[in-house]
Amino acid sequence: MPVFHVVVCGGLVPDPLQTLEPVQGPAGWGLKNESMLPAILDPWAASALFEADSLARANPGSRVWLVSAAPKAKLQQVLMALAQKAAFELVAVDAQAGGFSDAAECASALAAAVNSIAGLDRSRLLLFGGWESASRGAGATLAILGEMLGISEQFQGVDQASPKPDGSLEILERVEGGRHQVSLLSAPPALLGWATGSLPEPPNNPQVGMLNMRSAMPALQKAAPSRLTGGGLALSSVELPSQRRDTRVVKDMPEDQVAREIVEWIAEK
Amino acid sequence: MSQPSTATPSLPLLQTLPGDEIRQILWGFQDRFELQMLVQSARSVARGPVARLVAQGGRASHDWNKDKDALLKAFDESGVTAAFLDPAHGGLFEGPKHLALGLIAFELASVDGGAATASQAGNLGLAPIHEVGTPQQVERYMSLASPPKPGEARRPLRAAFALTEPLPFVGVETGLLCGKVRVAEWKEGGEPLLEIDKRGRFITNMDYAGIVTAAVDTDDRRVKSSCMVILEEGDPGLFDRGAATRKLVHQLSSTRDPNFRLKIPASRIVGGYTVKDGVIVPNYSHAEVIEAVFKRTRVTVGLMTSAKLLSAVEPVIRYQRQRFRGGATVQPGTPRHDLGIQMKEDALHRLVDVWAMGEAGASLGFATARLYDELDPLEKEKNRELARRGVQGARARMKEMAGVEARAAELVRAGKSAAPGGDPLLRFAALDSVANVVCPATKLWNTGQGANAMREAVSLMGGYGITEDCPGFLGHKWMDAQLEATYEGPEAVQRRQLSLTMAQPLFLEQFRQWIRDLKSLAARRPETGACGLGTAMQLWLWTLGHLQDSTDADGTRLFGPNRQGVTFPLADALCWLLASRQQILDLADLEARGAANPALAETLPSTLAFLTDLAQVQAARACGEAGRLCAELVLGYQRHPVWDAEACQACFSQAELDGLEPYAPGLDSVAYGYSDVLDRDGKPPSKRGPCPSTAGLPAFLRLRSRLDACLTGCRLAKDRAARALARVMIPEALDYPQ
Repeated sequence: MPVFHVVVCGGLVPDPLQTLEPVQGPAGWGLKNESMLPAILDPWAASALFEADSLARANPGSRVWLVSAAPKAKLQQVLMALAQKAAFELVAVDAQAGGFSDAAECASALAAAVNSIAGLDRSRLLLFGGWESASRGAGATLAILGEMLGISEQFQGVDQASPKPDGSLEILERVEGGRHQVSLLSAPPALLGWATGSLPEPPNNPQVGMLNMRSAMPALQKAAPSRLTGGGLALSSVELPSQRRDTRVVKDMPEDQVAREIVEWIAEK
Repeated sequence: MSQPSTATPSLPLLQTLPGDEIRQILWGFQDRFELQMLVQSARSVARGPVARLVAQGGRASHDWNKDKDALLKAFDESGVTAAFLDPAHGGLFEGPKHLALGLIAFELASVDGGAATASQAGNLGLAPIHEVGTPQQVERYMSLASPPKPGEARRPLRAAFALTEPLPFVGVETGLLCGKVRVAEWKEGGEPLLEIDKRGRFITNMDYAGIVTAAVDTDDRRVKSSCMVILEEGDPGLFDRGAATRKLVHQLSSTRDPNFRLKIPASRIVGGYTVKDGVIVPNYSHAEVIEAVFKRTRVTVGLMTSAKLLSAVEPVIRYQRQRFRGGATVQPGTPRHDLGIQMKEDALHRLVDVWAMGEAGASLGFATARLYDELDPLEKEKNRELARRGVQGARARMKEMAGVEARAAELVRAGKSAAPGGDPLLRFAALDSVANVVCPATKLWNTGQGANAMREAVSLMGGYGITEDCPGFLGHKWMDAQLEATYEGPEAVQRRQLSLTMAQPLFLEQFRQWIRDLKSLAARRPETGACGLGTAMQLWLWTLGHLQDSTDADGTRLFGPNRQGVTFPLADALCWLLASRQQILDLADLEARGAANPALAETLPSTLAFLTDLAQVQAARACGEAGRLCAELVLGYQRHPVWDAEACQACFSQAELDGLEPYAPGLDSVAYGYSDVLDRDGKPPSKRGPCPSTAGLPAFLRLRSRLDACLTGCRLAKDRAARALARVMIPEALDYPQ
């Protein structure tokens, strides 16, 4: 049975139900009231974490670390729910990272954190993260981080990673038309930028949560502060993607009819 | 002449709804991550499976079904079921669980009260065993009640609590029981076999309970007193779950009217028994057990109603703002489009009232839960100390504690700590005297007044509010609140308990200290309404003393167990004051501790300013209610004077005034201002009688007058809070289905 050391990198984003309004402040661009809004782990990274947890449980002896660059007080709140969903060891970087941070600068802070993990075996390392981010969608941080850590085997848009008994992994990456490209990774280290994966969000497990928090609270307390200055990044303009909502409340409509209407609506666009 | 400054500094407006970080400080669990996780767990169940079931019409049936049953599994998996248990029995953490259970109930009731009840009813069923059970009973039933561990293929044992019976028996009066216990068989040297005959009414969890803790009275001279017994499914005899109760609310909890005729061993008497002269003597009567149980579990019920009020805020704001959107003449960017009904002051003011009530109720409820968490270990320590002193038996314990209470009251009166050096007996006595007041106050005020405020919240949604489609299920919540005001002891029971406990000297000494503390707090934070509230508490205290020493117009004593018309309104007035006080105290705590949390750096000033305004609004309401009730009680039992000869004799007559006017110009108008004047024909003014004299009540009048003056500024606070409601950022949509 192969043993993996999975490092999942993920930042925080505002709860998606909140109104996200870009505003420019003295420190550059940000979202209105961002620090006051409830936050969650970036959903793409959350998929990666749930896949990592599943992989580790299926391969005894494997370990999972969650490396997160975020304001640590905010991270603590997020952990109250997240820590109940998957078993991991937390490596916290206390930083104001967000959707407008410079990807290379953020990757550099994460690389330092990954390098500081005691007991991490590079020959077993799978570096997980989201292939995109719900914060701004540049999706560059993870790839840069992989390069900084010298991981040349990189897969993006991953929906499945199936380990073989010999330690190799079959990896499915999204390609056009709802298809997947199948690759065979002979051995770690590798970087996997996850799409949605195939696992549902696990239910809360308070026992796992209690266990996680015993190590997470000290990790939060000793989180190294990292000042992200922007790295010379300049954003000339920021705007929300245009959206259009055609809402209709319909009850008791057969599924076939619903599907037919959606097809017709798409055809009109 | 110098004038004090009346200018109000410009305060930041609330920017976002208070989040978890704020709530954790306000409700006292910011340092307890196990509770923070439990909140998230309960929330995920509430806004996931529970909300989906309600949205799908799961409340439309009285009967238990597989969809409702699935919620139990969700409770088990999320830690909600195990939260009641100690780790030795499969629970999550050590120590008292009152705050934990309160938080769970709050989260679930934010979506559906029935689901909250379903989550708590098993705890109620186990509570008699938890509180007074023998070690063997605790070990057996608590372990079986824990959810299965990974790999275990079993369903947890679920419990029901059977006290209420079909009319005319247990309902309002828990002392009357038709359920009976008799000795069925008692072999020489063996354990007695008991025959139980019990019919239940409105028994929660009855669709699936594997055990029932039932209250029964003795029907056999060989059983000394009433007791509670543990009935197991599978015991020989009849274990009939009965018909589903056709209740109008809380349909996500199972409720049936069961019927039991069973034979059980005497070891099932909760708390055990002894045999004396051939008679089984239960160690605890059913009344002692339910007193120990209810004084704790009632707090969570109060919190359930407060959760409804706070959960109504976001849907109402969204409804108000979106009310006119989509109309042909309502263009984006116009006030009508962006603010909708929030352009109107009344809609905002009424929502401020609802929110303020919710905050006050939650503050009172969670503070009471924390108090019980503190009290539980103290109670054990007290029992150990009494045993060490050789004090045995209920009467001896009561006598010993009466002395302790008197000593504690003396210490508080002298301005000292009630428990110098941490003396456990003194400390227990002080806290217990407060708990005996705030527990029924939470149950009574949070649910009763909460139900009234919930009606207001529903009305703020217009016709939408009373439909099944109402976002936030507000119509359901309004009706659910009525049941919460009733079960685990209806309002009359709570008022009756309050009328006894609120007059205890040790409580009153602490109450006096609270007044001094509030006045002191008001010096630092005048805008909280603390000063006015302190005055209202003084007025209440004065009224209590006056009523205790006074008689009505017929010479009958005013304050006594049979004068519920006096004691109950006074209890109501006290509840308003207690809730408002705790709201202010929590606010002070937030101010003190919030600054230490870097995550609150931006949000704290505006949130504090808003919550301060809410506190002042609520304090003003509490002052008004208390003032009105006190005035009614102090003056309402005196007979109104009539126009008899004596009364007319005491009046000026117009003829007299005409005669005196040349010597004392202006006397005429002054006389009309100060007394009644007979007309030139000697007839009295056309009204009921002379205005009643309040000459004997200068202290009362002074306090009433001061209390009115203390309302200064409260409407400015309401205006500020209303402005904040029109600006606060809310999520795009509710985070659970509708």
